[in-house]
Amino acid sequence: MPSLEAVQLTKDYGSFTAVAGLNLSVHGTKCVGFLGPNGAGKTTTMKMFTGLIKASSGTALINGVDVQKDKKGALASCSALIETPEIYGSLTPKEALLMLCEIRGVPKVERNKRIDEALGQVKMTEWGNKKVGSFSKGMKQRVNVASTLLSDPQVIILDEPSTGLDPRGMSEVRSIVKSLKDRLVFMSSHLLAEVTEVCQEVALIDHGKLLVYDTIENVTSKFSGGGGDVQIGFLTAVDDKTRDMVAQISGVLSASKTNDRHLAVRFDPKSLAQDKLFEKVAALRVGAVTLEQTSGLEDAYLSLIKETL
Amino acid sequence: MTDASQPKAKVGSLSQVLTVTKYNFLNYFRARRFYVMLGIILLITLLITALVGYYRPISFLGVPGEPESTAVLGFYGAGWGGFVSLVVILSAAFFGGDAISGEFQNKTGYYLVPNPIRRSAIYVGKWIAALIASTLTLAIFAAILLANGLYYFPGNVPWEFAQSLAFAWVYLVAALSLTFAFSSLFKSSSISILMSVILLLFVFSVIDTVSASIVGIEPWFTITYGAGIVTSILTVPYPQHVVTQSLGSAFGGTNRTNARFQLTSYNATVPEGLEILIVYFIVMGLLGLWLFERKEFTS
Repeated sequence: MPSLEAVQLTKDYGSFTAVAGLNLSVHGTKCVGFLGPNGAGKTTTMKMFTGLIKASSGTALINGVDVQKDKKGALASCSALIETPEIYGSLTPKEALLMLCEIRGVPKVERNKRIDEALGQVKMTEWGNKKVGSFSKGMKQRVNVASTLLSDPQVIILDEPSTGLDPRGMSEVRSIVKSLKDRLVFMSSHLLAEVTEVCQEVALIDHGKLLVYDTIENVTSKFSGGGGDVQIGFLTAVDDKTRDMVAQISGVLSASKTNDRHLAVRFDPKSLAQDKLFEKVAALRVGAVTLEQTSGLEDAYLSLIKETL
Repeated sequence: MTDASQPKAKVGSLSQVLTVTKYNFLNYFRARRFYVMLGIILLITLLITALVGYYRPISFLGVPGEPESTAVLGFYGAGWGGFVSLVVILSAAFFGGDAISGEFQNKTGYYLVPNPIRRSAIYVGKWIAALIASTLTLAIFAAILLANGLYYFPGNVPWEFAQSLAFAWVYLVAALSLTFAFSSLFKSSSISILMSVILLLFVFSVIDTVSASIVGIEPWFTITYGAGIVTSILTVPYPQHVVTQSLGSAFGGTNRTNARFQLTSYNATVPEGLEILIVYFIVMGLLGLWLFERKEFTS
């Protein structure tokens, strides 16, 4: 079973402690969102897991192998994308990926197939033989994402993988991460909607310390005030009257417009099931056509993180 | 891409070294700097070819009546010996000066390091790639000089030139270790390249002169002193190890016992020069690796 484990993991920069005795144990095949404000220690933690920096004390383990003692062994079944790496500008994506295939020991006969598949997944097939030096930041990041898919890793560490990508690119990265079954994905992001969409669990850190690690549902129910959150879509523009009618439904805690055709609705799941809520909204005959569950992760995040720095 | 549960076989470090070498050399070969270096070498050799062809200087072609064996050594001494150090230093600085610091400054290290590969394999692979690229430029310089030499002295290639070429390559190996050590020390590419060039071109030469002429100590601790064998070998007979010149005698003469000033210069013997260069290669190579192993990828 793939695993990531931090045991009393600490990183000091002089008198500043970036990560302070972090204890985190993630096991199994799933996607875990790694959240926290700027400077919380997310990237520092990920760097310690990938040998980019050394821990001041404590241990970082990948599949039970200590990264500091045996980096090569620990990363044999783990791929990582930390920050926004640059690739030698005069290499083509195919060459850059082939280099990693050779380093990671991908069998010779499979290399071209895997490179083509990875480039296909990030929609870079037609750029495979162009030099990376001429690429935009977003295109380079797509190649970087492709590089994490090459060797069938059991563990994938992604540090804000959609950085530098346009909205389509971000959506494609989300789809890729969602499609990564049978492995452990540990992904940091500031985009809570992204985390909600692709991850099953979240770990929240602040000031280098773990605040909470649990499923998104549990974190949301514990820290977001206990309400269920949905977004209801309408055929036509939503007016204030419609909003007030929805807000007055028994069990609805609040309703607010997110845009012309959508209402964000918070309800008490103990007194009102989600399907019943939609039935009641539909019964109002105000043109409701969709109901999409949203996470209360933002509320949970805001209740746990009081400062941004 | 489905078999994530399958245990991964470890790849041998030697194989990874060769991979890093291959792609770094490809990167060097396609990069502008390789052609800039090639341009500098062509410029130097073109100037030598044109000046010798037009002015036919006696320092290169000897004087009429002089034995050809002496004249041909003079040619290689002036043409090869006069510029080979510059070629070695520029090659080492161009290809080694930012080999490691560039991984930090340009963030290419973020692509390579978070993989199942030891930093030592990356370091050695990059070092070998830089050595191949530098050796290529040195070989091109030697080939053009040799072509010139064969034009003026057909069929006469002195054995001393072959020795000098071999020593120049050993100097290149040592200089690359030194530039790699600087490259590991600094995070800025331009600073590490600049420091390498300044040290090798000026600082060590000044130390050599001050140490020998003023303090009277043999500068056995500088790489440039050891590299003196590259040009000394082209002098027949080989220069004396210690040369003392007396200047400003109290009685107006140059009598050594009465001299007010004595200028001492040292010439490294071949074994001594090779020892110095090999020690630089090993010590600086290990120092650079030690620094790289400890250096952190911080933003």
